[in-house]
Amino acid sequence: MRRRPTFLITMLCFGFAFFYIPILSMIVFSFNNSRLATVWGGFSTKWYGSLFSNAQVGRALVLSLEIALLSATIATILGTMAGIALARFGRFRGRTAFSGLVTAPLIMPEVITGISSLIFFILLANYVGWPASRGFTTITLAHITFSMVFVTTVVQSRMLSADRAIEEAAMDLGSRPWQVMVDVTLPVISPAILSGWLLAFTISMDDVVISNFTTGPGATTLPILIWSKVKLGVTPDINALATLTVVTVGICVFTAGWLLNRAEKRRELERRLAYQINE
Amino acid sequence: MASESRLYRWFNRRGWSDIVLAAPYVWLLVFFLIPFLIVVGMSVATRTPTAPPFGYGGENPLLNFEGYHRLFTDDLYIRAFVTSLVNAAVAMVLCLAIGYPMALGLTKVDTGWRNILLMLVILPFWTSFLLRVYAWMGLMGKNSWFNNLLTGGWNWLVPQDWAVTSIPMMYSNFAVVLVMVYTYLPFMILPLYANLERLDPTLDEAAMDLGTKPFGVFWDVTLPQSIPGIIAGGMLVFIPAAGELVIPTLVGDASSPMIGRVISDEFSQARDWPMASAVAVVLLVLMVGPTMLYSHYQARAVGADDPK
Amino acid sequence: MPKDAAPPPLIRVENVSKSFGTFQAVKNVSLTIDKGEIFALLGGSGCGKTTLLRMLAGFEETTGGKIFIDGQDMTGVPPWERPVHMMFQSYALFPHMTVEKNVGYGLKHEPMTAAQRQDRVREMLDLVQLTPFATRKPHQISGGQRQRVALARALARQPKLLLLDEPLAALDKKLREHTQFELMSIQERTGVTFIVVTHDQEEAMTLADRIAVMDRGEVKQIGPPGDVYEFPNSRFVAGFIGSITALEAVVEAIDGVRTRLAVPALGGPVQARSVAGLSVGQTVTVAIRPEKLAISRAPQTGDNVFEGEVKDLAYFGKDSLYRITMPSGALISVHAVNARRSAEGERVVDWYDKVWLSFDPTSAIILTA
Ligand SMILES: Nc1ncnc2c1ncn2[C@@H]1O[C@H](COP(=O)(O)OP(=O)(O)OP(=O)(O)O)[C@@H](O)[C@H]1O
Ligand SMILES: [Mg+2]
Repeated sequence: MRRRPTFLITMLCFGFAFFYIPILSMIVFSFNNSRLATVWGGFSTKWYGSLFSNAQVGRALVLSLEIALLSATIATILGTMAGIALARFGRFRGRTAFSGLVTAPLIMPEVITGISSLIFFILLANYVGWPASRGFTTITLAHITFSMVFVTTVVQSRMLSADRAIEEAAMDLGSRPWQVMVDVTLPVISPAILSGWLLAFTISMDDVVISNFTTGPGATTLPILIWSKVKLGVTPDINALATLTVVTVGICVFTAGWLLNRAEKRRELERRLAYQINE
Repeated sequence: MASESRLYRWFNRRGWSDIVLAAPYVWLLVFFLIPFLIVVGMSVATRTPTAPPFGYGGENPLLNFEGYHRLFTDDLYIRAFVTSLVNAAVAMVLCLAIGYPMALGLTKVDTGWRNILLMLVILPFWTSFLLRVYAWMGLMGKNSWFNNLLTGGWNWLVPQDWAVTSIPMMYSNFAVVLVMVYTYLPFMILPLYANLERLDPTLDEAAMDLGTKPFGVFWDVTLPQSIPGIIAGGMLVFIPAAGELVIPTLVGDASSPMIGRVISDEFSQARDWPMASAVAVVLLVLMVGPTMLYSHYQARAVGADDPK
Repeated sequence: MPKDAAPPPLIRVENVSKSFGTFQAVKNVSLTIDKGEIFALLGGSGCGKTTLLRMLAGFEETTGGKIFIDGQDMTGVPPWERPVHMMFQSYALFPHMTVEKNVGYGLKHEPMTAAQRQDRVREMLDLVQLTPFATRKPHQISGGQRQRVALARALARQPKLLLLDEPLAALDKKLREHTQFELMSIQERTGVTFIVVTHDQEEAMTLADRIAVMDRGEVKQIGPPGDVYEFPNSRFVAGFIGSITALEAVVEAIDGVRTRLAVPALGGPVQARSVAGLSVGQTVTVAIRPEKLAISRAPQTGDNVFEGEVKDLAYFGKDSLYRITMPSGALISVHAVNARRSAEGERVVDWYDKVWLSFDPTSAIILTA
């Protein structure tokens, strides 16, 4: 007796409308001819034109990408190390403190992370002389710090659910613990490491609060640029920028999802064939 | 083997694990813990007209609790805390009210559709947070189609005396809560979905079989088992919402700011580092409870510590 | 038989079918079950037992036919309104409720006072001997205890019909045998009609008053355990319940209660009990159960006596299993009880011995389907 859960389906429709109507509205108004960002004045692509001719936007995008690539990569290395330590090293000394250190940045309000990093960098510059000025370096350092713990969470949970018997088998066959890690564990958890990297990359690309605190003159990331424009009110070229972001991300996410889905289906098919042969 | 260098032996034995542990540990100590301790120390420093604008020891008192004192006496701060907690709590409840049926609905659609819909829930995550806030600035502003629609609806419903030319949505707590619900809803849906998805559907059938109607089944079987998911999702909304800075700055009421904005303004505008630090420390203390709730329940929500 | 005098059956399943898309899980099943019976649904994995049970409980809509419980048409009646309770294969105990709460759960819907409810829960816990565990949660008790909680929960509301889906499958062998008898005694004390699904033929034979044997969605035969075992109506049923040697045969002569068959595998004619609808020259199957054959090293003569050689033997203690090669090359299984201890110097049947097999004409089963 399976009844259609009408209420739940209605709520789903309502929820997805809530999610996507603002985004769709932004996309529609990015083609608006009017200077007023929210009143329709005919079709036009002029905001895209002004966006592409704006060198500031291009520079900000490049800076954001540089920071995100570098910080995500370092955060993934450090975060994976921390995840391995938490999932595999048992009860080492200082474990409680370490796991506290790894969780704290997750829940620390961004403002506080922002001001504490800024104060730290200012004092460091004052008393040590490095980093001499704030900008690329300080933003990257701050991003590494708060995005590495996201990588840790992803890697740790994947490692906890992974089968330890294969690691024991490798050790049994004569591998040193670190060789086991390199030969067996890391390949097995590589999807988690990849998604950790993607998460760190997105967090860095998206961050405005911490970047805004730790930046200095001349280092304007894309979110900082948008932030400074948006604070002054609604401007139509941001609509165009938002549309481009949504389309880019949408294409990436759906392609990734499609590829994963296809891989999953193929594995399922192979599994079934294998069973048929065994039977 | 004699050819093994001492370094190689050390690395094989325990050196590699020491490195794996030490690198992130040291990084977090330097770039997270020390800055955080500096803020705690800063909260009892004294504000001075120097650069950097604080003094500590010397002619200044060693421990200056003026910041904390002001915090509990000046009602600007108290109001800001109350506003933050209330806004965050309201956003959390609304997220639950919208997110719970959505998460439950997701468990009921067939798998093909479900993956697409889940992707659609996650998709906004990957797009810019700032732009999602911005989208609502457009919608809520005067003369926007959305505001016109609501205004039309309002004017049609109420007597003529109450008619308005537009609904003042922007720069209010209403706007803050609305945008927080919009941006944090996935944080509620995902843990709830993870929790609901692993519930055994035969339990529902068992309850029906024993004479319970579908709504009763929800109440007796589904809801009690999803409490870990509700709490985990709720805290995942509440914690960042309470300290939120971007949303109140862009759409909030400047005359009753939320605490994140107070911290930022004290720091950047008033250049009162000790005061900003004191407010930050108190905010963190307030978040300890919700954080413990979260970490206690999020493992349960996904069955990580199932008794079996 | 004059049926009119008997009370109407409690359950009437009329031509019930169930399709999932193009796949027919249950095909045109009809059966009736009387009040107070233990009825077993027996069949291999995937033959549609659970599906039939779920249609009785109301979780699946039938795609054809009708189900009547106590004379009432159940079409469109939701599970929560049916006087039928189910014991799930996985037990489906509510993990967030104590044993007590689980057992009392269905009573919420009964017009009872709290005290009455409490009494009833206590009575049920007593029945399944779980009183000391009343306040534990399901994950704090053993598998066998969980099974009994599920039983108590399903019985608490005194259903007209209790459906048990593989009730003993999750228990180990010893506990399973013990629980079989407990189930029967509980059924006797409560008088509730049971439908038990199982793929274990011995369990079905032990528990049930009547058995329905299913194959690929169809009911092949319904009857008391003895009938189904001794008088199977098809090769499938004969092979599914107990073991059997089935041989091809041609009807040579029909003489009242006896039929003579030519069985090439045995190299001679077989006398068997006649069945209706045979004609001379018809090709049939003759089936013999291993324990119905006598084995002897001394030469024998007469009807249904055949000579062969021991190819294999397995000694189990109380009995032995022999595999005999016939001159035609056919293999016949014989199951003999070791009723006597062999005296000193006496030779028992051994590998490669020449032996004589014999059986009673009534033991040979003629199968036309
Ligand atoms: N919801 C469904 N959708 C599609 N096919 C189904 C569904 N439920 C059952 N089936 C199919 O119907 C057939 C009968 O299933 P059923 O569960 O009744 O078998 P069963 O006799 O209980 O087997 P088992 O002894 O393994 O429990 C199986 O082939 C199964 O794959
Ligand atoms: Mg089954």
